[in-house]
Amino acid sequence: MQDAWTLLSWGPEGWLDEIASGVQVTILLALATLPLGLLAGFFVAVAKRSDEPMLRLAGSIYTTIFRGLPELLTLFVVFYGAQIGVQQVVRFFSPDAYVEINSFVAGMIALGVVFSSYASEVFLSAFKAIPQGQYEGGYSVGLSKGQTMRLVVLPQLIRIALPGLSNLWLILLKDTALVSAIGLSDILRQAGIAARVTKEAFLFFAVACLIYLVLAIVSSFGIGAIERRVAQKGTAR
Amino acid sequence: MSTAIDAARVEKPPAPPRPWTGERIAGAVLLGLWILCGIGLVVYLAAAWNPELFDTYLPYYLSGLGVTLTLVGVSIVLGALLSVPVAWMRLSRNPIVAGIAYGYVYFFRGTPLLAQTFLIYYGLGSFRPELQALGLWTFFREAWYCAIFAFTLNTAAYQAEILRGAIASVPRGQWEAGSALGLSKLQTLWKIVLPQALVVALRPYGNEIILMIKGSAIVAIITVYDLMGETRRAYSRTFDFQTYIWAAVIYLAIVELLRNVVDWIERRITVHLKR
Repeated sequence: MQDAWTLLSWGPEGWLDEIASGVQVTILLALATLPLGLLAGFFVAVAKRSDEPMLRLAGSIYTTIFRGLPELLTLFVVFYGAQIGVQQVVRFFSPDAYVEINSFVAGMIALGVVFSSYASEVFLSAFKAIPQGQYEGGYSVGLSKGQTMRLVVLPQLIRIALPGLSNLWLILLKDTALVSAIGLSDILRQAGIAARVTKEAFLFFAVACLIYLVLAIVSSFGIGAIERRVAQKGTAR
Repeated sequence: MSTAIDAARVEKPPAPPRPWTGERIAGAVLLGLWILCGIGLVVYLAAAWNPELFDTYLPYYLSGLGVTLTLVGVSIVLGALLSVPVAWMRLSRNPIVAGIAYGYVYFFRGTPLLAQTFLIYYGLGSFRPELQALGLWTFFREAWYCAIFAFTLNTAAYQAEILRGAIASVPRGQWEAGSALGLSKLQTLWKIVLPQALVVALRPYGNEIILMIKGSAIVAIITVYDLMGETRRAYSRTFDFQTYIWAAVIYLAIVELLRNVVDWIERRITVHLKR
């Protein structure tokens, strides 16, 4: 298997450097999507547990749509739809202009929207686990609504929601593979290019799978460390 | 009696008008946005209504829908069959057997379905001579069979975990009670444990089917013309964005229908657990 080692080496002969750049894109995309999805998911969860029926309904429509659509379809709709939409706006000002939507941004938005609709469910069930007395306690010591949320509820909420969110992170890592379909050079696309050029498809796709596995394993170690730290913080108080 | 009710009605003050709090304004604005989106969508689809396009592509969409449902149905059933031995191995006391099953489940749950599909469809092409010698090449040459194969292996891993979790959720005392009554292990499993486990497993199974329907869209990338594949083909021929909108509507309808069916079944089979 001298051959395979050459193919997997770093440099002009091998494809390791190309695949490494793909790994970088995948990780960057997942990391860029995470805060977006968490923030949106939190606000959707807040909307869904509000006393106001209109706000609840608006939140439920959001989750229903984006949990029901295939991720790939969401990605295409965002990618082509945004392209057409922006194009029409730009045409309005200068008729000859041509815009191309960055596939990284499209991927970030599509994955973020999907992530947030799942995350909102995780946050919602975490909200249900926090007793009403916590809010009342906050108000009775004179905290405002926002302060109660930030200082009293949120720290507990995160601890309860963490297992669900770490699950979503692993799903997000896997979902990033879809962006290869809109031309972003992630792990899978780079592996595909290498496979086509070298005709060693099994080798490169197996390497791609292994990289995803390694990312998942590294993530679970990271998540475990975060969980331990959060748990320690909780008991120290 | 009637005077008391009248008095209560008279004395009860009228409900105060609901104030326009920030929440209510936000709710109205967001809901208004959704309604606008909905109206915009209907107006767009009505404006873009093109009977010719519809006549041309409706049969394609229907056949695509059939392909999607067949693919998901076949792989869910085959995966369910395969998941039984995997779950059994996972629960085995032999560390080697349990380790093999754990590795299988970990691999298929830890890597993207798209990568697995590529590995099988493109990757197994590297072993063409060997597969031809075994007479399996006609199977792995077709994108359709490769998709079914990949999806079956994938869903078997997920279903094995669901099954294992559900069986583990039944208390040990149930097994012991079964053997105390003189039932064999298989009888206990079949008559006592499984009926309780399936109540627990119903929702995860429903979610798995929904995930498979959504996940099956990726076979469009390996040139299987499922609903997504037909949509991409229609879009690449017409550059009409409504092709994607229709696909979205169909997918959403299937998923919502399934979700409601699962909810209904769950309500039916958990009647005895409600107080």
